[in-house]
Amino acid sequence: MSEKPKVAWYWCASCGGCEESFVDLAERLLKVFEAVDIVFCPVAMDFKREDVEKLPDGSITVALINGGIRLKEHEEMVKLLRKKSKIVIAYGACSAWGGIPGLANLYNLDEALERKYLEVPTIENPKEVLPTKKIIVNIPEAKMKAELELPEPLPVLLPLDKVIDVDYYIPGCPPTPDVFWNALQALLSGNLPPKGAIVGASNRSLCDECSLNETKPEKVLVKEFKRPDKAKPEPNKCLLAQGFLCMGPVTRGGCTALCIKGNMPCTGCFGLLDGIVDYGGKAISYFGSILDYSPVEEKEIKKAFDGIPDWIGTIYRYSLAASKLSHKAGIKKPKRIKEVVEI
Amino acid sequence: MSDSKGEFEPKIVVYACNWCTYAATDLAGTSRMSYPPNVRIIRVMCSGRVDPQFVLQAFADGADGVIVAGCHPPADCHYIEGNYKAYRRFELFRKLLETMGIEQERFRLEWISAAEASRWVQVVNEMVAQLKKLGPLKPNLEVRE
Amino acid sequence: MSKEIVIDPITRLEGHGKIVIILDDKGNCVRAFFQVPEFRGFEKFAEGRHAEDMPQITSRICGVCPTAHHMASTKALDDLYKVDPPVAAKKIRELFYNLFMLEDHALHVYILGGPDFIVGPDAPKEERNVVGVIKKVGQEVGLKVIGMRKSIRQMMERIGGKTIHPVFGVPGGISKPLNEEIVKDLKALGEQGVEFAQFTLNVFKDIVLKNKKYLDLITSDAYTHRTYYMGLVDNKNRVNFYDGMLRVVDPNGKEYAKFDVHNYLDYIAEHVEPWSYMTFPYLRKIGWKGLIDGEQSGIYAVAPLARLNAAEGMATPLAQEAYEEMFEKLGKPAHQTLAMHWARVIEMLYAAERIKELANDPDILDQNVRNLPTEKPSVGIGVVEAPRGTLIHHYETDERGVIKRANLLVATQHNIGRISMSVDKAARSLIKGGVVNDGLLNMVEMAFRAYDPCNACGTHTLPGSMPVPIYIYNTNGELLRVIH
Repeated sequence: MSEKPKVAWYWCASCGGCEESFVDLAERLLKVFEAVDIVFCPVAMDFKREDVEKLPDGSITVALINGGIRLKEHEEMVKLLRKKSKIVIAYGACSAWGGIPGLANLYNLDEALERKYLEVPTIENPKEVLPTKKIIVNIPEAKMKAELELPEPLPVLLPLDKVIDVDYYIPGCPPTPDVFWNALQALLSGNLPPKGAIVGASNRSLCDECSLNETKPEKVLVKEFKRPDKAKPEPNKCLLAQGFLCMGPVTRGGCTALCIKGNMPCTGCFGLLDGIVDYGGKAISYFGSILDYSPVEEKEIKKAFDGIPDWIGTIYRYSLAASKLSHKAGIKKPKRIKEVVEI
Repeated sequence: MSDSKGEFEPKIVVYACNWCTYAATDLAGTSRMSYPPNVRIIRVMCSGRVDPQFVLQAFADGADGVIVAGCHPPADCHYIEGNYKAYRRFELFRKLLETMGIEQERFRLEWISAAEASRWVQVVNEMVAQLKKLGPLKPNLEVRE
Repeated sequence: MSKEIVIDPITRLEGHGKIVIILDDKGNCVRAFFQVPEFRGFEKFAEGRHAEDMPQITSRICGVCPTAHHMASTKALDDLYKVDPPVAAKKIRELFYNLFMLEDHALHVYILGGPDFIVGPDAPKEERNVVGVIKKVGQEVGLKVIGMRKSIRQMMERIGGKTIHPVFGVPGGISKPLNEEIVKDLKALGEQGVEFAQFTLNVFKDIVLKNKKYLDLITSDAYTHRTYYMGLVDNKNRVNFYDGMLRVVDPNGKEYAKFDVHNYLDYIAEHVEPWSYMTFPYLRKIGWKGLIDGEQSGIYAVAPLARLNAAEGMATPLAQEAYEEMFEKLGKPAHQTLAMHWARVIEMLYAAERIKELANDPDILDQNVRNLPTEKPSVGIGVVEAPRGTLIHHYETDERGVIKRANLLVATQHNIGRISMSVDKAARSLIKGGVVNDGLLNMVEMAFRAYDPCNACGTHTLPGSMPVPIYIYNTNGELLRVIH
């Protein structure tokens, strides 16, 4: 009966929003089930790694992978899926560019572990116990020992294409059901786009589909950059023109400008447009060009930029791990995760 | 890169504006000035054409330092305000370098007119000396033990 | 010879979960562990971010309950800037929040945990899912569920900008007011929601409560734990999801503590075990006594059943009626883990009734929905009841409102002690003499699924249940066989 395309769905360091976006297809979900066979989906089916290993190479039509690569386990699993699949798709911002968890690349993994297990105000950990790779558990009542294992995180979070070859990308945090639906149509039509393409979304910037676009001046010029903590955007007026850091101009469209409809600036979750190699670099280029001062007004320029303390979290909110630098310089391998402990 | 004595030789990528700095480098050559061979010069039409992405790409591809050079503000720019844009962009770009743990000395934005060959030589000399002190960038961009 | 059975991966907050079952040489389970093998480090990389970005950053902790993080974070921002939102903003937030609770609980009842009961715990795997649920209750009901979730989620998009990872929470209020058209649709949605929740309660009663086998299962010792319970309550000690005081009752149902979230550090501490990335919260004053229940242990539970246990009633009439009925049947506090599903349906009813109340409140049409902060920020703490329990966000910032430190206590974390015990107890009670089959393993999984450990089990709508590969090891760590 299986003449249908076979689809595998796997998640790495994801939050589950991508899975929810899939469920949000609502009644269209039933059409998906009609059109494809789901052959592997660890969150939903009792298929396991061994089952995938047993499949002939290239027998999965499409593997959709969401979440960034945070563990060696993820790395192994996606390599296996690559081998077994004709097409691999990075689904969602985390898989495509590392996503918000990629902001962890600003710190050493050890610092993150220390914060969580030693420093936060609720923690009571006088013996400085940390998660360990191999744990030997004594079970006195049965006079035996058992072994447990924990996977070790990678020193930095990686987007999918730094680990395996990726054919296509479906953008968004998460992709909207419509974008996913469009991508499915494109992929199942057999009329495949060129490799490396971003499918399901628009090929133009978000401003193009934003309802406030008509209020955007021909040439945007601002004297200051505003943060929404202490400023209220005027409704129905281009947020950029008001000085808010809206990522619209450097972000791919396709979401119908949902955040802006919510009267908040775009944060860039649909990622880069074709021809852009570093999203944050492009954003710097844009925000540098709209600031309305000449170089002799050094003080004013400095003040305007200083008004935004966290540029990195703003311009690389979803794509730090995929940026040209990819993580803070001088990141060290973790030492805090010990090999073995007996309890 | 290192020379025959095994001393570290930094690689520097230069984006030089066609109308001023590129001419200055030419002038340095025709005037028989000597300066270290560590620079690779890329001619661009204007410093305002230099996207911060280019600089990031150069670092990612192994440059130890990058120079973007253009015409003196306020009035030298062939395209009226390309250099203004470059100035503002790279002012912001420095913040990126800072957060990402890359030393400020690895990036320079310089205004060098077509007549300032000696200024060009001075900038290259200074930067090579500074980068020799700092050492190579690449190991810092990789995860270390 | 010892054997080890690994159930991996199961799902929960922050990625994957794993159950390891240890058998002795007679094939009896002597110990079972619920491990959380994933770490993302939100507490650390929050450092350096703008406080006002936190509602959108922390929502990425979980895409199933992003609204809970968004709201806890937004409330922490109000507190950080010491700004009180206008009445309309508070009511719209609470309304939005109840919309989310209703759809999230519905997802669980029909798609995640529900199949265990509606289809049956020992039904074949390929039946134990939403498709099986639809078969059992009829296509029409299936479409009703899908339709209800869809209308709620579309409404959430209209109010909050996005459904998955909303954007409307800002310090001092919300980003945009409602209009007449939205309010008109909200009123209709409120009616529809109440009807849907009542219908769900009836489905639950018909299929579960009228079935003696299920009732016995719910009340069986394998699924019972006497722990403390924690939840938010209003000034009359009634359940409230959006705001209130934290109330803790002891295993006998007596009030143990009632405190403002600002004092949470006096009451809650976290313990670390080397075999899990998830920390184990406990009641600080009682102390960490290991994974044991009872009054002398500091382990407490959160989530629907705990909320109902920790409160003295519901603030809406239909939910109150259902609340009384449940405790009449089970006694109060109810210690039966599987009664969580019942409590969840009662909460659906409350959420729906509350939506209806707020939709008809004239205040929500007021266009003033934000008071701008003027104070210098330093510390902000916010709390909400997430579908899966109490959720606390705690930020410290510099004067520019840049995060210096963040502490996040998520719902599944509070429950992890009790989840671990539930899994351990269920495995020990059920797995004996080397008999391990799919039905038994599912019964073990049910122990944690009842808590609805928060994660994207969204794809549970696909055919199949959670995957349960089992590894059986001998003492030398050699793999003897794998069961699927």
